[in-house]
Formats: sequence, C-alpha cells, structure tokens
Amino acid sequence: MSAVLVQDRAVTPTPRPPRVRSIVSALGALPTFVLLLGAVYCLFPVAWVLVAATKSSGELFSTSTLSLGSSLVANLGELATYRDGVFWQWMANSALYAGVGALLSAVVSGVTGYALAKYAFRGRALIFNALIAGVLVPAVVLAIPQYLLLSKVGLTDTYLSVLLPSVISPYGIYLARIYAAASVPEDVVEAARTDGASELRILTSIALPMMVPGLVTVFLFQFVSIWNNFMLPYIMLGDDKLFPVTMGLYTMLKQGNTTPALYTLVVTGALVSVLPLIALFLTLQRYWRIDLLSGAVKA
Amino acid sequence: MRLDIAKKAAALGLGLALLAGCGGGAEEATDGPVELSFWAWAPNIDKVVDKWNASHPDTKVVVSKQAQGDDLVTKLLTSAKGGNPPDLAQVEYQALPTLVSNDVLADISEGAAAAKDKFAPGIWDQVTLGGSGVYAVPQDSGPMMFYYRADLFEQYGLKVPTTWDEYAQTARDLRAKASDKFLGTFSSNDPGWFAGLVQQAGGSWWSVEGDTWKVSVDDAATKKVAQYWSGLVAEGAIDKAPMYTPEWNKALNDGTQIGWLSAVWAPGVLKGNAESTLGKWAMAPMPQWDTSAPRTGNWGGSTTAVTAGSKKQKAATEFAVWLNTDPAAVEALVTESGIYPAATSAQEAQSQPPAFFPNQPDFYTQAAKIAATSSGFTWGPNVNVTYTAYKNAMGEAISGGTDLVPALTKMQTATVDDMKANGFTVGG
Repeated sequence: MSAVLVQDRAVTPTPRPPRVRSIVSALGALPTFVLLLGAVYCLFPVAWVLVAATKSSGELFSTSTLSLGSSLVANLGELATYRDGVFWQWMANSALYAGVGALLSAVVSGVTGYALAKYAFRGRALIFNALIAGVLVPAVVLAIPQYLLLSKVGLTDTYLSVLLPSVISPYGIYLARIYAAASVPEDVVEAARTDGASELRILTSIALPMMVPGLVTVFLFQFVSIWNNFMLPYIMLGDDKLFPVTMGLYTMLKQGNTTPALYTLVVTGALVSVLPLIALFLTLQRYWRIDLLSGAVKA
Repeated sequence: MRLDIAKKAAALGLGLALLAGCGGGAEEATDGPVELSFWAWAPNIDKVVDKWNASHPDTKVVVSKQAQGDDLVTKLLTSAKGGNPPDLAQVEYQALPTLVSNDVLADISEGAAAAKDKFAPGIWDQVTLGGSGVYAVPQDSGPMMFYYRADLFEQYGLKVPTTWDEYAQTARDLRAKASDKFLGTFSSNDPGWFAGLVQQAGGSWWSVEGDTWKVSVDDAATKKVAQYWSGLVAEGAIDKAPMYTPEWNKALNDGTQIGWLSAVWAPGVLKGNAESTLGKWAMAPMPQWDTSAPRTGNWGGSTTAVTAGSKKQKAATEFAVWLNTDPAAVEALVTESGIYPAATSAQEAQSQPPAFFPNQPDFYTQAAKIAATSSGFTWGPNVNVTYTAYKNAMGEAISGGTDLVPALTKMQTATVDDMKANGFTVGG
C-alpha cells in the first residue's frame, strides 16, 4: 500500500505538458462525475417524494414538479387522523416486524453461522450447501407455501405469521458463517477452552462480541428487507390492524376505479415511512465501519 | 462440542410454547356474541358498520380495509384455500362467477332472497348468476355517463354529443380548434371501462346453457366498439394514454382532457384527482349507437358476499342484507362512502347533487333515468383472465400503433383456453 503511494508521489512531480495535464485531470474527474450522476439518479425520487409531500391534493397534479407546495403540515395532520390514526398503528407494526424480526434473525444467524464455521460435525457441508441453495430462492417464491403451512397450524393473520418466516435468513446465516470464520480466531477459542470455559460461555462472551459488526450488518439487511417486504404480509394478513406500513399505504392507493386514490396521503406516508430507515442507517453506520479495524489477534 | 439433551429439550419446549401461545382462537362458541370479519375497500365503510354495531350488540362486525379489485379476489381465493377466509367480503359483480365457481362464496338465498324486489332486475340477476342461488347482496352500481368540461365546451363552441358519430366529430372539431386538447382517451389499462362500452353496444361475452358455456368476447358488438375506437386513435382524434395515472390526473386538472366517459361515481374521483376544476364539469347521458333505444353499460359496482368458509353465515347474511337495504345504512353508505346505491328506493331518494357538481342540481334525477337504461350482462368464471388479456393485447396494439380489433381475438383465445384448462365445457 505505502509502496504504491510513494511511487505515485514520485511520479506526479515530473513536469508534463500543460495539455496532457488538463486531459489527465479531466479523466480523473470522470469517476466523480459518474458517481454524481448515480447519486442524482438515486436521490431524485427521494427529493420528489419530499417535494410532493408538501403539496395539497389540488396542487399535486397541477403545479410544477419541483415547486414546493403549501400544505406539508396539513398533509401530516390528515395522515395522522386518517381512520383514527391507523397509520401509526401500521408504523408500529412495521417497527415490530422489522425490529424484532431483524434482531431474532441476527441472533439466529450469529449462532448458526458460528456453529457452522467453528464446529466440525457430520452433515455440516450438507447443511451449508442447503443454506446456499436457500440464498438462491427468492423469498417471494416461498410466500405461498409458507402461507399454506402456517394456515395448517392456524397461525395466519397473526403477528407471528410475518415474524416467523422473517427470522430465518439464509443470506444472514451465510454472512455470519463467513464472518465468524474470519473474525473469531481458532486460537482464541482454543485458549478459552483450555481455561475451562463452557461452549456456551465461549459463544456468548467471546465469539458473539467479536462478531458484532457482522451481526449489525445482518441486522440492517434484515431490517430493511422486512420493512420493505410486501408479498409476505400481503399474503399472510387479512386484519388491517396487523398490516405493516407498506400494505397500509397500498390499501390507500388501491381504492378502486370508483374512488380517488389518496395520493397526497400515500406520498406523505411514504416519506414518513422511510424516516426510521434513514435514522437507523445513520446511527448504526459507525458499527459498520469499525469492522475492518477490529480483531483480537493482530499480526 | 455437543448440545446436551436437556438444552435441546428446553429449546424444543420453548418453540412449542411459542406456537401454542399464539395459535389459539381457531374455534369459537356458537352462541353468545359473535364477531364477523368483513374485508372491504369502500372509503369510511367502518363508520357505516359502526351503526350496525351500535344497534346489534350480539353481532360485532369488524372491518378490515383491503386493496380493491383483482388483488382482493386473489386474496380471497388464497385464504379460502388456506381454510380461513373472512366472514364477509366486498366483491365486484364481475368477480362473483370466479369466486362462486371456486366455492369461495356461500349461497345465501335463505336469508337474502327476500331482498330481491329492492333492486332492479338487471342488478339482481348479477348476484344470482341467472340461477336459483343468491351469492351476494348488491351494494352499488356504476351506470356509465358522459362527463365534460362545460366551460371549455362553451369556449370552443362544442355541442354535447348524443350519438357516437357526433362524439367522433366533436373530438375532431376540438382537435382542430385546440391542438393540445382531447375529448377523451382510449385506456388500454381499464378493461372494466371497455366492458361497459361493450355492454352499451349490446355485446355479450359469456352465456351459459346447462353446463355448456358460450364465449364470444369477439362478437359483432364488441368488434363494432373496438373498430370505432381504433379509428379515433389512428386519426389522433382522441388520446391513447391510460386513465388513472398521474399524467391523466394532471390532464384532467389542466384541461388537456375535457371529457371523460365514466360512470355515476365520477364526481368523487374528479374531486380527488382534479380538485381545481370544481363546478366546471357537467354530466350527460352516454353518446348512443341508436338514439331510438338509449342504453348504457355498467362500470364498477360491487356487492357484499358471505364466504362458504364462514362458520357464522346466518349472522353474516343478516348483516349483508341490512347494509344494503336498510334505509339508514344505505343513507350512510351514500354520505360516508360516496357510493351510488344499488337499492332502487335509495337511488330515487337522493335529492342533492354531488358536492363537486353544484352547477347540476338535477344530477341524481338524471342519473336514475340513465341507470334505468342499463343493459344486463352475464359475467364468466374467469373475467380476470379476459381483463389481463385486454391489458396486454390492447396495450400492445396501442403502443405498436396497430388496429385494435385483432386484440379481441387474443382476448377470446385466452379466455376460452383458460376455461377449458379449468374444466369448463365450452361450446362453439
């Protein structure tokens, strides 16, 4: 790494004709430009939601796309009182599904990944290969079989019907296994065993703390995917008191030909519903960053 | 290295306890207060149901608001297969045969047959499917009408068209006077709208004799309608962008679309999507193919149905009848949910025009007259397939700039193939 830097530094001072230099710096700006383009492409819809949420229903389709409207507060008020505040119920449901689901998923993934990485037992390869296959099967495909299975045990249309399928994430387990193999050194585990620590204690006091950055990643991935999940709750739930916010907004949008869609409320609701995700990313980001620096045995 | 037996057992026990703790509630006592679940999408329907709950302490109806239309049909089919459907559901007329042939809906003739004379015969036929059973109670209907911007019609010196020939001419005249405006649009995204136009033209897509179905999605009347719109689209006399998109909403707002062939519920949609045009619209009967025998079709409209899987069908039927025939309930449906009631007496009772049409005080008097000219229509057991084929084939024709009539053949083929695949006998 440092060798490259030194070499770089050695090269740059050699004088170049001004034209070549300007071409080089223009080329250097190219990646930045492409990245900026990408950022605009991704952020423009978000900006649109932000602007559109400030418009009243009269303004939404009649004023220019990017001009701010006058009724953000009114929209929020209307959203908050829509059907006696059912929107907050949906938000709370989403928080429950995503929060509890992602937490359990991170724990399950951590324990499973650790076991798969650190213990040699019969069938380990089989289990792991089955998990890899699970990564390849999209969750959407599983929703109907899961519905039919859960309806056999009478669990559909309950909180558990959405929570249970969300807890097992093949990708999370896969990630945790890779992470455990890389971040929990065999030496540390052996040393703990020599000191007489039980397997459970090794797991909870040594392995899991070392795996925290990886588990935070699993948590975040699961949280976002559960929060944005539509198909599973759509199939599982009939009671609108149990809906997550994605489905709630959908019912507001799909009111049929005969009644107008509640566009302003849906747009405002969409804005409010991404706020927790943004907050979560901002607060958990630092755990994510330290994973490259941490580790128990440094060379 | 190995988990000991005790820990395994503890983990298993915890899992079972979790399952058991939350799996209850499957069976319910038959006497004592019952609770009925009701899937519906009509706005504010919960407020109407509150009235029932206030006066019927023994039967509590719990509304669960769902997404409208095809989505709800799919969901009802899935939940019936899973064995836990709601007790009651709001169902559109064209979805009834699909649900009945999949055994999702209960025959409620015992409790609901007496409500027959509260509805126009054409409407009632749609919930009996022409047989002796009753599979739902009609809730609202959607006789089609022509809506236009009265102010812009005056500005451009246009006359309200009474025939389809006049409609085409008016569309051309408007284009000549204001090249950025359209009298209407052909929506390849709204099969229900097209089906309404076909009903008006006297088309008949399905009929059943004994156990044999006859399917004629490409009959002469349907071809006539497709031909007519194909010509208008080809010459650019009307727009070809789908309805119910943000662009279309914008076009309604800024006067790019100055007319809409819609149904009686249009004022509510216009209010929601084009609030700035309050009081500028007017309603007239549909343009006619034959002025000596005025007709209209139906677009939209729904019923309240009881599911076959419900264990409380008697109470549910009682509620369905109450919701759609009790004067106070229907009145609440009209004022709270903004529907156009199917019950004949309630149609006549409406004296105030919709709030969005203060300029047309006799709106509902006219509407009732138009509703009386509705043509009957028999829906088949796979309207969803026909509708999907419409969206695909028409959408393809519109974006390819080709004739619309061949799309009907595709719709016919898709419909017949699907019915045969599902074991229906389809005759020539």
